[in-house]
Amino acid sequence: MPPALVLRDLSKSFGGARALDGVSLTVAGGEVHGLLGENGSGKSTLIKILAGYHSPDAGELEVYGQPVKLPLRPGQFRSLGMDFVHQDLGLIPSLSVIENLNVGELASTSRLHISWTRERQKAEQTFARYGLRLDPRARVADLTPVERALLAIVRAVEGMRTSVAGAEGRGLLVLDEPTVFLPRTGIDQLFTLVREIAASSASVLFVSHDLDEVREITDRITVLRDGHVVGTVVTSETNEAELVRMIIGRQLETLVPETHELSERGVEIAIDGLTGGTLQNVSLELQKGEVLGLTGLVGSGFEELPYFLFGAWRPERGKLRLHGSEHELVGLTPVKALAAGIALVPADRQTDGVIGSLPVYDNILLRSLGNFFKTGLLRRRQMLGHARRLMSEFDVRPGDPRMVYASLSGGNQQKALLAKWLNRRPQLLLLHEPTQGVDVGARQQIFSLVRDAAATGTSVICASSDYEQLAAICDRVLIFARGRLVEQLVGDDVTKERIAERCYNSVVLSDEMSLAG
Amino acid sequence: MADERENTPAVDPVEPSRSDAIREHLKAHLAPSDIAQRYALPLVWGLVCLFFTVLPSTSSTFPTAGNFSTIFGSQAIIVVLTLGLLIPLTTGDYDLSVAYNLSLSAMVLAVLNANHHWPIGWAIIAALGASVAVGVINGAFVIIFGIDPFIVTLGTGTFVYGVVLWISASNTISGVSAILVNPVIVDRFLGVPLEFYYGLALCVIIWYVFEFTPLGRKLLIVGRGRNVARLSGLSVNRIRWGALIASGLVSGIAGVLYAGTTGAADPSSGSQLLLPAFAAAFLGATTIMPGRFNPWGSVIAVYFLVTGITGLQLIGVESFVQQLFYGGALVLAVALSQIARRRQALDAGTG
Repeated sequence: MPPALVLRDLSKSFGGARALDGVSLTVAGGEVHGLLGENGSGKSTLIKILAGYHSPDAGELEVYGQPVKLPLRPGQFRSLGMDFVHQDLGLIPSLSVIENLNVGELASTSRLHISWTRERQKAEQTFARYGLRLDPRARVADLTPVERALLAIVRAVEGMRTSVAGAEGRGLLVLDEPTVFLPRTGIDQLFTLVREIAASSASVLFVSHDLDEVREITDRITVLRDGHVVGTVVTSETNEAELVRMIIGRQLETLVPETHELSERGVEIAIDGLTGGTLQNVSLELQKGEVLGLTGLVGSGFEELPYFLFGAWRPERGKLRLHGSEHELVGLTPVKALAAGIALVPADRQTDGVIGSLPVYDNILLRSLGNFFKTGLLRRRQMLGHARRLMSEFDVRPGDPRMVYASLSGGNQQKALLAKWLNRRPQLLLLHEPTQGVDVGARQQIFSLVRDAAATGTSVICASSDYEQLAAICDRVLIFARGRLVEQLVGDDVTKERIAERCYNSVVLSDEMSLAG
Repeated sequence: MADERENTPAVDPVEPSRSDAIREHLKAHLAPSDIAQRYALPLVWGLVCLFFTVLPSTSSTFPTAGNFSTIFGSQAIIVVLTLGLLIPLTTGDYDLSVAYNLSLSAMVLAVLNANHHWPIGWAIIAALGASVAVGVINGAFVIIFGIDPFIVTLGTGTFVYGVVLWISASNTISGVSAILVNPVIVDRFLGVPLEFYYGLALCVIIWYVFEFTPLGRKLLIVGRGRNVARLSGLSVNRIRWGALIASGLVSGIAGVLYAGTTGAADPSSGSQLLLPAFAAAFLGATTIMPGRFNPWGSVIAVYFLVTGITGLQLIGVESFVQQLFYGGALVLAVALSQIARRRQALDAGTG
């Protein structure tokens, strides 16, 4: 069988900047091929060329041995037996599963009447074929994130199957960071599905930041850096260190979490009897300058805690003691939380964190506008100057504060967001998945920024299902199960492996606890 | 490193003067690539003026002081109404009640002043009070009950129209005091009625608030990202409610100008002005600061539209040209801003 996809000498420039420079890539039939690279390495440009969104300056494309003329028209990928699942999945939350599944078909059908009974049976058969349990009549908004991702993938595969080129089980599914918003357990389910697709002789191009995931699921890996192919390696013959070196072009220094001398006189932060959402009667304490990790399996509710502490969500009850003053969490609002010295960096950057259509300085100085309002005018030059200083301090690149926020890469967006909040020197910094969708280099920088903030006396609570990250930055990690705090890891136990092991045991612990209590 | 992370920004060694702040502001908005888009509308406006000036059938009637004084004076009401509308549009809320609110203000003023012989000052205060009350009610339904402002203001606007018909018994009420009429339409500066300058003054005030105060930034941020604003500690509800009250107040001012311009209030007056105000607001958002509702753009849009209409009417085209112009302009303006946004998204979507 000829390879599913061959790209030869693909190049693309934006203005003066080369996004892709002579990139060649071969995806064999039935192969899961990983595409790795930092933000700005050219991954997205490559994908967008295949989707027909950008036209390349030069290059050749072959699909199953047939030369295809570039540039592709938008949507032409369908007739070539390709389909895409992007990070945002492209589902319509307010419609049902079956309506979402049929969007593509409805667009192309010439039938006037839709038999919903038949469509439902068809959908059920499709789900059964992939071993999924989804109710075709459920609203997509009511599905879990994992179910949504699986639905999007099944829809793409079905689309490929019904196209002419994909009829004989051929086809290429491009998964563009589909796991970013998924918890670890959901990823296993997703990988099972990807393996089934590959077993049926279709190919998968898997784009991701996560080395572990890519190593787990792919057969071969191609690494891009600065628009060039660094190399293509067989997954089983490589290791993490080699991949990291290929991605960032240098040896990554391992961050050694220094054993932290916790000040005895430090401001203590205490949460007492927090109940709300999934959480049940959670109490914990935190010292000045401590970095506390919260984690657990899906549904354990650990990720809800930062939002309750910031007043973004309203709990049923609970108290927060901070800097000697006590707050009822029920009456807490973001305005009061900020006044008390709390800051929140939410996981969903696009809807909760920043306004992509406004310049960087408007975003990061939003909280300190009053400082720049003097003698009746907002001092724009001072704002720009201050923003520029902050951006260089937090290594946000490019460092032009007038740039529209959305044009920064994911890692730089997150660094700028940290700049916005750390600029206020909060007493308590709440983080939720702080390195989601962030490249390896920026991830290390974010770790250092968090540790630096802790060293200057900020207490940090980091809710994350990224165990490696927790191990890298936390002094202490709390494990949650079914809304309860079940275990605490300190000192030498704060390692990726130990956290993972305890998480998988946490449900048992929570059962024992509820029997005892 | 940590020492620089202060709550207060380090002040530049030389405190920049006000003119520096304004210059910096202008510089920030004058990237050469954008200039064409920024000034396309004023340019087209100039061309329209030139066209009617050289066109034989209007060359004697169009480029006259009288004509321009009419154009500038007669449109002040729409200018004020549009400027009021910009405030909730910036916070992301539609206010469809502005035009009926204008009628309410004009009618309350006329009924109290002409029929009940209230002093004009008290009548104006009552008129503005009524309009502010409409804004308060709009905000209450939008914020407290969480209803889409489009629906709320569609309903309250129609309700207010009913009130106007009721208090006027569906009649035009004339006889508004000359104390109001004189400083609105009779007195002139440089040959143009004073109300034109009232509109300009309001434009300067709104520009100042939008661009040079923290409040202006907050309005914009609330409009662009409600969640981001809330999680950044802005009082989103208070700001949205305040914006709806402000548009109520400004509609009231437009109503007072209306009563002053015509010396009377007619119950259906305002409903003619809703579409022109929306057309000007959206057309204005394609110029000066493309992609944002902005006061100077809106003022230019109002005068651009009326110049075209006046010219065509001078040629002898019938008055339906007004509806064609305003309706067409609204849809075209929204289409243009969509194109601009798509281009922005493409520019940002690299890498």
